[in-house]
Amino acid sequence: MNRILIKGGRVIDPVSGIDGLFDVYVFGGKIAAVKPSIPPGSPLEKGGVGDLDDWTIIDATGLIVCPGFIDMHTHLREPGYEYKETIKTGAMAAAAGGFTSIACMANTNPVNDNASVTRYILKKAVEEGVVNVFPVGAISKGLKGETLAEIGDLKEAGCVAVSDDGRPMMNTGLMRLAMEYAGLFNLLVISHCEDMAISAEGVMNEGFTATRLGLKGIPNAAEDIMVARDIALAELTGAKLHIAHVSTKGSVELIRRAKDNGIRISAEVTPHHFTLKDEAVIGYNTNAKMNPPLRSQSDVDALKQGLKDGTIDVIATDHAPQDIVEKEIEFDKAANGIIGLETALSLSLMLVSDNIITLPDLVKKLSANPAKLLGLDNKGALKVGADADVTIIDLNKEWIVDSRELKSKSRNTPFDGWRMKGRAVKTIVGGKVVYEG
Amino acid sequence: MRLKRKDILTIEDLAKDEIELILSTAQSFKEVSEREIKKVPTLRGRTIINLFYEASTRTRTSFEIAAKRMSADAINISASSSSVAKGETLKDTAKNLEAMNPDCIVLRHPSSGAPQVLAGFIKCSVINAGDGSHEHPSQALLDLLTVKEKLGRIDGLKIVIVGDISHSRVARSNIYGFTKLGAEVSVVAPPTMMPSGIASMGCNVKNRIEDAITDADVIMMLRIQLERHKVPLFPTVREYSRLFGLDRKKLGKAKKDIVILHPGPINRGVEIASDIADAPYSLILDQVKNGVAVRMALFYLLLGGSRE
Amino acid sequence: MNTKNIMDAKGIERALTRIAHEIIEKNKGAEGMVILGIPTRGAYIAKRLKDILKSIEGVDLPVGAVDATLYRDDIGMKQEQPILKETDIPVSIDNRKIIIVDDVLFTGRTIRAAMNVIMDFGRPSSIQLAVLIDRGHKELPIRPDYIGKNVPTSMQEEVRVHLQEIDGIDEVVVEAE
Ligand SMILES: [Zn+2]
Ligand SMILES: [Zn+2]
Repeated sequence: MNRILIKGGRVIDPVSGIDGLFDVYVFGGKIAAVKPSIPPGSPLEKGGVGDLDDWTIIDATGLIVCPGFIDMHTHLREPGYEYKETIKTGAMAAAAGGFTSIACMANTNPVNDNASVTRYILKKAVEEGVVNVFPVGAISKGLKGETLAEIGDLKEAGCVAVSDDGRPMMNTGLMRLAMEYAGLFNLLVISHCEDMAISAEGVMNEGFTATRLGLKGIPNAAEDIMVARDIALAELTGAKLHIAHVSTKGSVELIRRAKDNGIRISAEVTPHHFTLKDEAVIGYNTNAKMNPPLRSQSDVDALKQGLKDGTIDVIATDHAPQDIVEKEIEFDKAANGIIGLETALSLSLMLVSDNIITLPDLVKKLSANPAKLLGLDNKGALKVGADADVTIIDLNKEWIVDSRELKSKSRNTPFDGWRMKGRAVKTIVGGKVVYEG
Repeated sequence: MRLKRKDILTIEDLAKDEIELILSTAQSFKEVSEREIKKVPTLRGRTIINLFYEASTRTRTSFEIAAKRMSADAINISASSSSVAKGETLKDTAKNLEAMNPDCIVLRHPSSGAPQVLAGFIKCSVINAGDGSHEHPSQALLDLLTVKEKLGRIDGLKIVIVGDISHSRVARSNIYGFTKLGAEVSVVAPPTMMPSGIASMGCNVKNRIEDAITDADVIMMLRIQLERHKVPLFPTVREYSRLFGLDRKKLGKAKKDIVILHPGPINRGVEIASDIADAPYSLILDQVKNGVAVRMALFYLLLGGSRE
Repeated sequence: MNTKNIMDAKGIERALTRIAHEIIEKNKGAEGMVILGIPTRGAYIAKRLKDILKSIEGVDLPVGAVDATLYRDDIGMKQEQPILKETDIPVSIDNRKIIIVDDVLFTGRTIRAAMNVIMDFGRPSSIQLAVLIDRGHKELPIRPDYIGKNVPTSMQEEVRVHLQEIDGIDEVVVEAE
């Protein structure tokens, strides 16, 4: 049985309230001890210390040791769009970004709206994926927004939440049913909030930049209206509602008020939405095209405030690989989305260096909070007995994003060429080192 | 001076002196069009491709005449007759066209920004002949030339643009063109056709034609393109025409010597009452003549010429 | 740089007067002619020639300009873009005698292009060429009918005609590196 001893790092575990120099001992794929000093060979578990040669010692001096990151919003593209990303390449990208678990959205082909697709994903993930993969099931059959998918079966097969992400749920009646029905299994309902009657043919944020470029805009109201609707439905049904990729000031305010009113609501923001503004589109940069679109400075400020005051619980990537043929074309025809797993941590660390949030707070939004929302009881904390998913970060590591060198199969990032500071240098999943940078 | 650029993609990109150079060069080319033999050998052996993803007989013909008057070989490719209809990407098309070794591609495309995308893929010059709701630089240049000829100047004039500003590439190019040359531009449209933040382009924003027309020197009536709107942006053509169409009654509030422009083709009785479109103060036919001259100037300047 | 003055204001005036007399002699009068100068300096010389002809013969000949830029065979080949100037042919040239006027005759290519422009405007009965300076190095079979002065030059030299109207002085200089 493999033993890992991570020595001398600054251990940050918001769940146990730890932030200081500790050693972390991993045995049997679990966290076996977190103590100020653990000499190699200490008899820390039943059955003795074993052969000292089995001990892998990781010197974490000057590094951050924290619970493995969990991305609750990834698009893996398998099955159906393997030319963009496979479970294998997506998992490798995750590991390289410090993520030990990823929740993958249902908009594959076929759609993950029944247990056989869920089982297929899980089987592939066990065989080929270096990180934990948790499927998110569809709310409606075929993401069509007409009738409920077999949510009970999906849950049983291993889905950790339900969402029609990729397609806004325009059918308010069905959304109500979904929230009621998902409550039966205590499943999180993740909502991509967009009123398509307003967003219509919009391809970027509505405003001066869109007007200047002659591109059709999507107003903030398209998101705000649906956030308000879903909050009302959550209040009506008592469901666990999670708002995906919040992009507007209005959404942040609505969520804050809903939380104050005791509604069970949580929210995530992506690194690109709190880092970039809609001006990134200038030059018809299709790698700045996503849905929801990049917004204005006041929205970015509101998102940061939401992260700071806890209105926004989670940072998630909305990692959406797209092939070059879907991006190297006319802006209005290009596909939405960017890859995000490998840049999320570095971009999020900018929030810490800008004093928006503290490092323990960031760790919490990347690990403990998503674990709790998805019901992953043995993850998101470095407590004894928890799964040994650990991310080790070098805060001072400087690097330049080179899209050609990323592990993802796709190259669609607006951060190509960006200078970054801070990166995961070791990713440990279930007691195994799966990435070393 | 010379035009130091490979492409003409927008008026927004052009500096004031570049616009003036194009206009004065175009003036020289008008003289060529009045000769007995309306053809000069300047671009003999050069290949110009008119790549049109949208039907537009007027603009295409104007570019074609301009190319032929300069003895260039003009090749017309329209979306329906080429592989573009079969899902070939703009990049594929660019690579295929490059094999023909063109000197210039004139692109009309329904997607905003497509000329910029094409220009990035190809070594030859690209002229934007209208892209989506973005810009239509040669149209603005010919409008500038027409007004300059008629009124002797651009600086200090008051220009009013009326119509679907949201979807109009002609409006955007003209706002930039006229303001760069010192005119004051007002845009008029119902709020459903007024794009957000348009005032930041440097124009006044008005919702009623009567509020804008009283001290205007030039009024430009945009064509209403019903086919562009999935959902109509006004209740009926009749109501639009009553509120935003130019008729004798509204014109009565204007200066006597106001000039009327229209990028054509006119929906008679919609944006302009029929009797006004044919009136002497309408410069619609001058616009057509100047269109050829401006396009000759663009070819000349991009493919190797300059003007003193 | 080495500059040599080869003609002063008096010299230019004498040369143009002589050319005017030669034109009258060769054509037995000046009736029905059109004088077309090649911009920039040829156009000014054409105007002067017209004035001299008027003072000698008393006829007021139409004078214009013919810009050959659009007919040049080297567009896009040179580093510098050719500069577009005014073409102004004030009358019909059909069945008329045309005198093309330029300041310096060098390779002959500009004259060839100018003749093509003129042909596109109509069918003159004849075209004659008057130049102030013939510096040699012709690349085409073009021979001036009237020459102010023959100035044999090397390719390294430049012949510059300066005129009162634009340069503030009347003179012809040869510049050598
Ligand atoms: Zn989404
Ligand atoms: Zn998504």
